[in-house]
Amino acid sequence: MKKVLKTLVLVFTVCFSLQSFAFSDEGQEGAVDTKAEVDAYIAHHIKDAHDFHLFSYTTDSGERKHVGFPLPVILWSSKGLVTFMSSQFHHDDDGKVIVEKNGANFVKLHSKIYELDAGAESVIFDEEHHATNAHKVLDFSITKSVMGILLVGLFMLIAFSSLARQYAKKQVPTGFGRILEPLVIYVRDEIAKPNIGEKKYRKFTGYLLTVFFFVWILNLLGLTPFGFNVTGQVAITAALAIFTLIIYTFSGNKDYWMHMLWMPGVPVLIRPVLAIIELAGAFLIKPFSLLVRLFANITAGHIVFMSLIAIMFVLRESLGTAGATGLSLILSILIFLIEILVAFLQAYIFTMLSALFIGMAVAEHDHEHEHEASGHDVPDAEDVRADFI
Amino acid sequence: METIINDFSPGLFVVMTILFLALIFLMVKFAWKPILNSLNERESGIHDALAAADKARADMQNLQADNEKMLQEARAEREAMLKEAREIKEKMIADSKEQAKAEGDKMLKQAQVAIESEKKAAVADIKNQVAQLSVAIAEKVLKEQLSSNDKQLKLVDSMLSDIKLN
Repeated sequence: MKKVLKTLVLVFTVCFSLQSFAFSDEGQEGAVDTKAEVDAYIAHHIKDAHDFHLFSYTTDSGERKHVGFPLPVILWSSKGLVTFMSSQFHHDDDGKVIVEKNGANFVKLHSKIYELDAGAESVIFDEEHHATNAHKVLDFSITKSVMGILLVGLFMLIAFSSLARQYAKKQVPTGFGRILEPLVIYVRDEIAKPNIGEKKYRKFTGYLLTVFFFVWILNLLGLTPFGFNVTGQVAITAALAIFTLIIYTFSGNKDYWMHMLWMPGVPVLIRPVLAIIELAGAFLIKPFSLLVRLFANITAGHIVFMSLIAIMFVLRESLGTAGATGLSLILSILIFLIEILVAFLQAYIFTMLSALFIGMAVAEHDHEHEHEASGHDVPDAEDVRADFI
Repeated sequence: METIINDFSPGLFVVMTILFLALIFLMVKFAWKPILNSLNERESGIHDALAAADKARADMQNLQADNEKMLQEARAEREAMLKEAREIKEKMIADSKEQAKAEGDKMLKQAQVAIESEKKAAVADIKNQVAQLSVAIAEKVLKEQLSSNDKQLKLVDSMLSDIKLN
């Protein structure tokens, strides 16, 4: 039963991925067939979108139809708050359709909304295809990513609060809760407890659990044919990394700051140098590694997955339709399985590293106080060796 | 790197931060806190139950040892009681034997005494009767013997000769 279900999901996914490949907002025709079109399509996909696009098809009369639904656009422009539905752009992504609202003109260009400078009638591009007479606006739209966040948040709230309610009536949860409970225990026992420590883990477990399930479910959602790429958005991973940064910075104890700013046990002259390195590590390298690792892994996964599907079109000439389709199917199914693993792995790594950083910030350095209190250190190997030389 | 910075959407960052902050608070309040509390409660419950089971087992063992001890004591007591009873029985038997013997001896003595006195009485009676009979016989003999002078004289003579002999 489980196997059949899995296979069904796989077939469903691949079919849908193929279908979703048959559309594009790029160009008038919208069909993706050549290598350049594939590249543009992939580049478009990994970006955020202002409408929810399911699929497109071409009618017999040659007209391109898009199936999906628009999402609200909320902008903070020079004229203040502006809201309208994304359908007003008519699937345009090249800055051709101008939406006039509250006296300001907006265009959508590569999934970003620009406001035309005063007096400009249409977007003028320079050689590198950058708009010269338009500027970006603060875009608080309910984009596809925001919708993904809302959906996952809602799902998490419903699923886990129902699990929480189950405990009021029974000791051991039943149904879906039986799947969720071991996951919660896993995060608590394998991530929070060993990295933060038995005494202090409880305060941070709420955050770690939220991050873990949020990232994991969003990663998995990115593998569905709906084409979400939430954890592949830098803004999302940056926000997550900064959450971790704020938590470990504000929960850091005296020892943590001592070791960062005035490292004990090293020559005084080296201490400021070490402090600079440590500060850079804590405030730049750690969060940057967190945000880039997640972003890069998920984005790379999406690009590889879509490129393998694109083999079907790109290698049609050399391998024939059946050969290209078969190769594409086999490879994309394999990468799909790997991506399922990566989805979990990246969620695990992000949560584990967050827990590790928090654990480093709240760790008690008991042994050093003992040394200071007793006045004489137990000689370690280094000291003993020095006596012999 | 430039594309990453270019792709970074400050608006999405702000929306994400607000939504995620809300999600953390909601999840902590409605899910994680009750779930973790229940899990801890359940784990400590299991821990307590196991400890209680261990204690119960130890108690059971103690109880069994106690039972064994009590059984042993009871057995020893029974043994002692049986021994005592046997001793009492033997003593009683011995006592009653002695008593019976004494009683018998006493009765025998009484009987002997009675027999003796009866014998004496009988002998005395016999003596009496013999005396009376002899007297009567003697009277009759005398009466007949002394009916004639000759016979009286003869008697005197024999008597006299007897005296001489004595």
